[in-house]
Amino acid sequence: MTFPGSLDDRDAQRAARLAGAEAVPLWHADSSLHDVDAVVLPGGFSYGDYLRCGAIARFAQVMPTLVDAAKGGMPVLGICNGFQVLCESHLLPGALTRNQHLHFVHRDQPLEIANAATAWTNAYQAGQVITVPVKNGEGCYVGDERTLDELEAEGRVIAYYVGNPNGSMRDIAGITNERGNVVGIMPHPEHAVEALTGPGTDGLGFFSSVLSSLVAAQ
Amino acid sequence: MIDSVKNACATPTDAMPYAELGLKDDEYARILELLDRRPTASELAMYSIMWSEHCSYKSSKVHLSQFGKIPKGERMLVGMGENAGVIDVGEGLAVTFKVESHNHPSYVEPYQGAATGIGGIVRDILTMGARPVLVMDPLRFGDADHPDTKRVLPGIVAGIGGYGNCLGLPNIGGEVVFDPSYQGNPLVNALCLGVMPVERIQLSAARGVGNIVVLLGAKTGRDGIGGVSVLASATFDEDGPANRPAVQVGDPFMEKLLIEACLEIFDAKLVEGIQDLGGAGLTCALSETSAAGKSGMVAHLDRVPLREATMDPTEVLASESQERMLAIVTPDNLAAVLAIAHKWGVIATAIGEVTEGTRLQILWHGEAVVDVEPGSLADDGPVYHRPMQRPADLASLNEAVAPDYPEVSKQLLLAMVASPNLCSKRWVVEQYDRIVMGDTVLAWPEDAGVVRLSESGLGIALATDGNGRYTRLDPYAGAQLALVEAYRNVAATGAVPISVTNCLNFGSPEDPEVMWQFAEATRGLADACTVLETPVSGGNVSFYNSTAGTPINPTPVVGVLGLFDDVTRRTPMGFQSEGSTLLLLGDTADELGGSEWAWAMHRHLGGVPPRVDLTREKLLAEVLIAGSRDGMLDSAHDLSDGGLAQALVESALAKGVGARVVLPAGPTAFVQLFSESAGRALVSVPRSEELRFSEMCSARGLPCTRIGVTDGDALDVQDVLRVGLEELRTAYEATLPALFGPLAGASAAHPSVAS
Repeated sequence: MTFPGSLDDRDAQRAARLAGAEAVPLWHADSSLHDVDAVVLPGGFSYGDYLRCGAIARFAQVMPTLVDAAKGGMPVLGICNGFQVLCESHLLPGALTRNQHLHFVHRDQPLEIANAATAWTNAYQAGQVITVPVKNGEGCYVGDERTLDELEAEGRVIAYYVGNPNGSMRDIAGITNERGNVVGIMPHPEHAVEALTGPGTDGLGFFSSVLSSLVAAQ
Repeated sequence: MIDSVKNACATPTDAMPYAELGLKDDEYARILELLDRRPTASELAMYSIMWSEHCSYKSSKVHLSQFGKIPKGERMLVGMGENAGVIDVGEGLAVTFKVESHNHPSYVEPYQGAATGIGGIVRDILTMGARPVLVMDPLRFGDADHPDTKRVLPGIVAGIGGYGNCLGLPNIGGEVVFDPSYQGNPLVNALCLGVMPVERIQLSAARGVGNIVVLLGAKTGRDGIGGVSVLASATFDEDGPANRPAVQVGDPFMEKLLIEACLEIFDAKLVEGIQDLGGAGLTCALSETSAAGKSGMVAHLDRVPLREATMDPTEVLASESQERMLAIVTPDNLAAVLAIAHKWGVIATAIGEVTEGTRLQILWHGEAVVDVEPGSLADDGPVYHRPMQRPADLASLNEAVAPDYPEVSKQLLLAMVASPNLCSKRWVVEQYDRIVMGDTVLAWPEDAGVVRLSESGLGIALATDGNGRYTRLDPYAGAQLALVEAYRNVAATGAVPISVTNCLNFGSPEDPEVMWQFAEATRGLADACTVLETPVSGGNVSFYNSTAGTPINPTPVVGVLGLFDDVTRRTPMGFQSEGSTLLLLGDTADELGGSEWAWAMHRHLGGVPPRVDLTREKLLAEVLIAGSRDGMLDSAHDLSDGGLAQALVESALAKGVGARVVLPAGPTAFVQLFSESAGRALVSVPRSEELRFSEMCSARGLPCTRIGVTDGDALDVQDVLRVGLEELRTAYEATLPALFGPLAGASAAHPSVAS
């Protein structure tokens, strides 16, 4: 999905292709999802991230269709800015705020996979540590205590930071909805899909996971 | 009342404020002669802008012409003179790249100055028809521990990150250098490279009578007025920066939309000519497009969308509001251009048309406020042969006695790697997105950034270097040393160097000693580019980098572009595994004049810089490229600032693989470890390749000395010193966080994207 200001949309397309999927470009002003089986909301600065990250993208023409599809069980992955859009759309709880140290930070980031049962993480093992890049200025995950307790109790935290880069509460790097089809993650698995350009290929599992879950559902 | 052409004719004797706008008496006399009347206020503003040092290159032109004499080779499709040079890289693709300065704005207003420096160079690349795919930032600041550096550096870094990250362009390298000569005048240079199919190259000429002039992008405001004519073309006084309204304010989101809209317009072949609006705004774009096309043009300034309705025509012409482009479109294509702009949310307005004849007429509500020959603005500016004089203190500087060389110790090594110029720059580069677009193969802290251009493996390498101390001691050699270091950095990754861009940062051209430095540096650069067969595709001159009469160290920053046919063959900088053989390529002499050791340990600047041997540099590059192509190298690292010691430290820390080193007989351990002799590289080769590689070196006549093996978790130089890698890393990483605040979070992961 491309919003004005999306940046990692080509990268997400490449990752989907490398995992064996056909990548279909979607456009914010086109309310059709063109019969795709799953959607990735990519990283970037949609609408310049003016006002609040993801706050304007939430009102894009395509969003009502996407929200309905997600509620109907379609796998949706929000990466970085995409995670912010999912939170602003209330498909996922909590919010992403300015990094605690107030700087943009980009580094290779170890993550511990906590839930390997979602549509986007079933290629991993719970407890497995993977390394993917993190790069954000507003990636500090926050929620009220009750929400955080619920997320942890229900196993809806899908990955924790090993070495928190941005002050996220309880080291949370990514979460899922009750059904496990909608996942938001702040680091960038689509930037760890080729040994040549990434810290490794640890991120490919997100994209192969969704293919497995789609095949299993048929 | 608006000063129209009619009014100017009616009031021929009115005094005009040309001196306040930076024009000299003789320059104003020339304008009167060209127009045969007094200029209107708008015309005067346009001449002051177009004839400023920044726009007209009036002091540098006679020296820059040397770059035009370097043989172009077969790859250069567009050379100097357009917004940026274009180079054929094969597979039907061309790249365009350029480095530019944004020094003064970044000192006045660090965040916006640096941000709009990125925005400006990105539009220069876009206007050639290319998709911008990377940026790099060579930065120079005053002393690291000076209080004002704490104001300037964090703002500049945040501005570069804030703009570049939001545009989605990976920042793949650059430099961070500290020296008190930049205290009142930091250097913020920005490089951008773009890629395009060869057939998409765009030019700026406005041709075709009746074609429409369309302004795309942001609304025009009062920001940046006087940016190039006053701010960039004069020195700061003792009171420091005060001219904040002359700095533009950037909107990277608008620039991102403008990029996507322009590329879609180019792909649909809808424009006849295009020009970005940067320094000098509409003044420059209107006069350069019409001058280049040898066409007439009429522009209705009152049609320009404004942020502030009260702006007068002179302000509209002088505004440097960012994120704007000027396109020349046939009437048939106008609707399609407007539709694409609308799709991307970009304002597009027809503001004029190409006309018969060769007059540029600019109207304000129907009344002419400008009526000139555009060539008189763009091409007929003054050209100066400025007086030159060898600096009076140069002989004594060259003869200054160096401090006594010390015994090498662990303490010396730790102090050197922790010194501000040699320490880790992680604090800076972690604020940059280095991987967006998914094609970054190597980025900081590697010798050069490497980016893949196509799935076939076609790729480029880019490095920028400059050394103000060397250039201060010998501008001819200093400029060549900047070139050969960037050339070596590119070759170390395995890429073939093919082209050069430069940003020449100097003091005031009105100072004969500065002008002599400039002449020597350009002569050195042109001579070396000829020998290395790396033509200059474009660049930028930044004069007036001085404060209260004291110029900066002359700092030519040179960018070298290299080409890979298979980017998977790239050689990283870091040791990859234990048990590889360490080879030192090249000769080490006692050359510590202008060295990092003399400066960091003794604040000493004197002597002469290392000797330049261009033939040796070429040979070394050939060996490094062949080693990469044939898969013989595990790692390669160029030797420069800090000498062999620094190269060993950086290669060892990259992946945490140590080394046992035995220094060969010859110069003292201190000279071998800290001399900055040029034409050298440190490589590690697998045992199985050692013989083949060293035989290749001896067959080609390149000195190749076995100096040890990769091993363990320490840097162990036999009989000299031994330091654990963790202790080294702590020293290397601690300096900038101690000065500018802790790093984000607590992760110890190394931020290299190399695998």
